[in-house]
Amino acid sequence: MRRWGFLLRRLGFYAAAAAAAVVLNFLLPRLMPGDPSSAIVEELQRVSGQQVPPETLESIRAIFGDPDQNLGEQFVGYLGQLARFDLGVSVVNFPVPVSELVLQALPWTLLLVGSTTVLAFVLGTGLGVVAGWKAGSRLDSVLTPLTAFLSSVPYFWVALLALWVFGFVLGWFPLSGGYDANLAEGFNLPFLGSVLHYGALPAATIVFSAFGGWLLGMRNMTVTTVREDYVLLAQAKGLSRGRVILRYAARNAMLPSFTGFAMALGGVIGGALLTETVFSYPGIGYLLFESLNKRDYPMMQGVFLIVTLATLLANLLADSLYVVLDPRIREQG
Amino acid sequence: MSTQTAHDTRPAARAASGDVLHVTGLTVEYGTDGDPVRACTDVTFTLRRGEILGVAGESGSGKSTLITALTRLQRPPAATTAGSIVFHPRDGGPAVDLVTASPRTLRALRWTSLSIVLQSAMDALNPVMRLGAQFADVLRTHDRTLDRKAAWARAAELLTTVGISGDRVRSYPHELSGGMRQRAGIALALACGPELVVMDEPTTAVDVVMQRQILAQVLRLRRTLGFAVVFVTHDLSLLLELADRIAIMYAGRIVELGTAQELYDAPRHPYTRGLRDSFPPLRAPLWRLTGIPGTPPDLRRPPSGCPFHPRCPQRFAGCDTHLPVLGEAGGAHLVACRLDDGDAAATGTERTTDGGDR
Repeated sequence: MRRWGFLLRRLGFYAAAAAAAVVLNFLLPRLMPGDPSSAIVEELQRVSGQQVPPETLESIRAIFGDPDQNLGEQFVGYLGQLARFDLGVSVVNFPVPVSELVLQALPWTLLLVGSTTVLAFVLGTGLGVVAGWKAGSRLDSVLTPLTAFLSSVPYFWVALLALWVFGFVLGWFPLSGGYDANLAEGFNLPFLGSVLHYGALPAATIVFSAFGGWLLGMRNMTVTTVREDYVLLAQAKGLSRGRVILRYAARNAMLPSFTGFAMALGGVIGGALLTETVFSYPGIGYLLFESLNKRDYPMMQGVFLIVTLATLLANLLADSLYVVLDPRIREQG
Repeated sequence: MSTQTAHDTRPAARAASGDVLHVTGLTVEYGTDGDPVRACTDVTFTLRRGEILGVAGESGSGKSTLITALTRLQRPPAATTAGSIVFHPRDGGPAVDLVTASPRTLRALRWTSLSIVLQSAMDALNPVMRLGAQFADVLRTHDRTLDRKAAWARAAELLTTVGISGDRVRSYPHELSGGMRQRAGIALALACGPELVVMDEPTTAVDVVMQRQILAQVLRLRRTLGFAVVFVTHDLSLLLELADRIAIMYAGRIVELGTAQELYDAPRHPYTRGLRDSFPPLRAPLWRLTGIPGTPPDLRRPPSGCPFHPRCPQRFAGCDTHLPVLGEAGGAHLVACRLDDGDAAATGTERTTDGGDR
């Protein structure tokens, strides 16, 4: 009963946050000087060297919005567009709709960043429990400082180095892209093989850079949790070692890490900007990078909205799962 | 399993079938490399079946170290460096030395023979597991034939024996009051019918009324179930009411061991006397509280001779060089004090029974 009350309150909070995000996403570009229509008109005038004919101006404004229109009317129109998942038309890839570009990039990002986020969490947390359970052991005294060192290496440097060594010097992995463009896209073995081949190096760099943080956090939490009386009592009960470690020590030590993991999951949709840029991986991060470079406002706006909503959704999911994981949370609002 | 059990061959251990535990020369040190600190030194005692043995002492006297050593729960840097803890099973099986027993042997003994109640029940229960699950996992670990449902039913039954409604098995620890948690901890300790329960100040975290209730329950359960108890506390007045026999610890050593009555009426060690005179009696005329001057010794640099001599009001020549050994005087009431060596005249109790002062 209490659990549902808690969830309803959270849902209300997230609905409000989502509404605020939509309003901001609508308002911010319109508060900035310049708008897509005027930008295109100016560009056209600069290139052609003559006035844009009125009918062209009309159609540009029909597509990219009329800057002279009343803000309220614009907002209503914007909401209507959102309801139809119409995020506008990309300026750079004219006339491809933004929603189509986002939907194309999304699976790549979910595949690459999603799987590596989960993998890094599982790997780091697992090793963290092992290191923390026997703090001061040989494994701990090698693994922990080494991880601290490795995870402090800047990511872009790791990515560039990996690309140079394994892609360029050794030639084991392709230098850019998400798949072999010569193969037909679809669920066939050669294509899926090429996806794995192209994704392996960027995935490895993400896991390499991310697992250390999970390891250190989990290791330190485990060290403190192992000293708790309930772990001592679990040992006194004669339970198997695995049960003591998993159900008593790791289960409790994991709670703070879990919050971080949920946040990381929320960030997955945003893509790994650096990874996708370095490896020219066709995900959301690369899309955002391209649209920033080319000042593709509708594109940027669309990506921002999707990322914001995805983050909210992931946080809602994490909140709800946390209620299941930690019964003490249910008491609090 | 029997290959790992240490058969105790000493005649005393064989003869006493009515004993559940023989602790001999137990020594526990912290930090074995460099310059170790001895937290327990040469601790020797016998625990009879169904008996409550109280262990009392100040903070830092080695009580907690003794508990983790007895239950083999100590963690580095603590290490048992000498002595034996021989456990005699009720069913007449071979005696096991807990100090040398393999982890496997120990795990089989845990909870079925030897269980523990920790000081703070707040922290002793896993906060993310329902109460029933914490009973069920230990019940099913030691009885593989028990199914989940039966284990939960047994958990509810155990809770009712300590006066907690059986439907509380569905609760999480944070949903219980402090007293309930402590009683749940006691019910949990009795889940597998142990022969020996070690209790580490189980009533310090609850109020006096709850303390009374819990102690009454422990006594009642011991009558019906027949387990022996090692009850460790700093509260000697509590032990005088609860325990059959009491061991007084000072600087890691047992300095006096006798029945509760003997220690109350005629404490023979000056330290015991000091402890007894540090609190008001519950059911006797008041006397002046005197306390013990000074502080417990630094175990890194223990005093020469008797460790209590710097604080002892009755020390005499030789106390700072000669270490008295428990039981040198013989008899059932053991004391480690040179006052007791032959010349018993000096052991008169110096009670100042002028309660009317206050």
